[in-house]
Amino acid sequence: MKQKQAKETAIEILFLIFGIVSVGFVLLISVYLIISGIPAIHEIGLGKFLFGKVWASGQGQFGILPFILTSIYGTAGAILLGVPLGLMTAIYLSKAAPKKLSNVIHSAISLLAGIPSVVYGLVGMTILVPAIQHAFRLSSGACLLAAILVLTVMILPYIINVSETALNAVPAEYEEASLALGATETETWFRVSVKSARSGILASIIQGTGRAIGEAMAIIMVSGNVANMPKLLGSVRFLTTAIVSEMSYASYGSLQRNALFSIGLVLFLFIMLINCLLRVVGRKGADA
Amino acid sequence: MDAVTVENLNLWYGDHQALFDVNMGIPEKSITALIGPSGCGKSTFLKTLNRMNDLVKGCRIEGTVKFNDKDIYAPDVDVTLLRKKIGMVFQKPNPFPMSIYDNIAYGPRLHGIKSRSKLDEIVETSLKQAAIWEETKDSLKKSALAMSGGQQQRLCIARAIAVNPEVLLMDEPTSALDPISTGKIEDLSETLKKQYTIIIVTHNMQQAVRISDRTAFFLLGNMVEYGTTDQIFNTPQDKRTEDYITGRFG
Repeated sequence: MKQKQAKETAIEILFLIFGIVSVGFVLLISVYLIISGIPAIHEIGLGKFLFGKVWASGQGQFGILPFILTSIYGTAGAILLGVPLGLMTAIYLSKAAPKKLSNVIHSAISLLAGIPSVVYGLVGMTILVPAIQHAFRLSSGACLLAAILVLTVMILPYIINVSETALNAVPAEYEEASLALGATETETWFRVSVKSARSGILASIIQGTGRAIGEAMAIIMVSGNVANMPKLLGSVRFLTTAIVSEMSYASYGSLQRNALFSIGLVLFLFIMLINCLLRVVGRKGADA
Repeated sequence: MDAVTVENLNLWYGDHQALFDVNMGIPEKSITALIGPSGCGKSTFLKTLNRMNDLVKGCRIEGTVKFNDKDIYAPDVDVTLLRKKIGMVFQKPNPFPMSIYDNIAYGPRLHGIKSRSKLDEIVETSLKQAAIWEETKDSLKKSALAMSGGQQQRLCIARAIAVNPEVLLMDEPTSALDPISTGKIEDLSETLKKQYTIIIVTHNMQQAVRISDRTAFFLLGNMVEYGTTDQIFNTPQDKRTEDYITGRFG
């Protein structure tokens, strides 16, 4: 008996350690990012760093406004396109689709979620970029628009899956009540089902936002990767891709390298913000 | 005059027949109770009257159901309009997760009423008719889900009234409620029958005696007996009705 008790305690401690390890990693990353991100901001000046329009690491100019705006525009664009598309798909899957077809679509969506981002980049580079170049008669089709389109496809599985789960959880009684009042099925889906599932749908949007803002590999291949202020058909660089593209040759201890860490810190804060939003929305959803 | 007339109604769920040759005329502005043991087909029958059974896969019917002398299963019937005329209150109170006001205004808005003052008026009269105005007039903006079960059910009645129906179908509306709330809903139905034709499914035979004018007894998908409530409970013609109301089974 005593031996059993000891075993239980030992296992509990083991699990506790596993739990602490993941918390430890988060803390470690946060602290490391803050410590390594602050020196460059301190040296350049917060205002000049965040709102400077020119990034030219060769000439010692480290303004990241182009990256911040590109990340915001790119994410907003992907959300703008992805949410209506994803939400409509979720409504269709949850309420209207015949079982067999819905199974096929489901497996396609899970596949979409599992494709490595570098593959998205490859497909974008070989199909999307030339198509945009051709359609708008540009010298290069690698631009913000291409990145937005790739991001849209990448966030779709998140939006569809989370929204669909929320829509499936809407009690059938609500929908029956609406139909019994003389609503059509479509009216019922939009006025009752979507409304009842709104906190889950909002959570799916926030998750998609987090995914889009953190993506680097797929978009570096289709966005041209030049540190311009963002234009829809212009070559652009994101917060994420700015780090990726210069980290490999920034010399250790240089201001350039430190500034890249500072970009990481800014990105980290963006994602923290999105996570906080998710928390607040989740709590509101639990209350309702 | 009969508001609803049912002739030779048969209903199948797939291969299983759930209703057999039901014939019934339901007089307007009265309360008709449908009684019988669980699974006897009374709720199924109720749902054929506003075509909510359309939602059940594999459900097939034969025979006619006439509302104001028009066959509601005719191909040119607008089901949404039919359901506006024949409202329904469900077993479990099911207000939408919206404010009290928006719950009541949902139906009118659906049918095209946009004017705020008109909606205000409908909300007030519907809540008054459902005898819940006094309790809710200061909290119209509050979530309907915060109300008690009994209040929610009266809200659902108000919501059904708000689209100006002629018939109200009630599917065991008090089975999830406490006795006091049940009493309130029974009192309410007495008032409502002056304006609406009420058809109520109930498990509770005392309830049928208390509020209904006519009663139909269902057993195994057959309508065994139908007459005035007084006659059904005092001088039942069929042995099975007598056995059921005297509590020998059910």
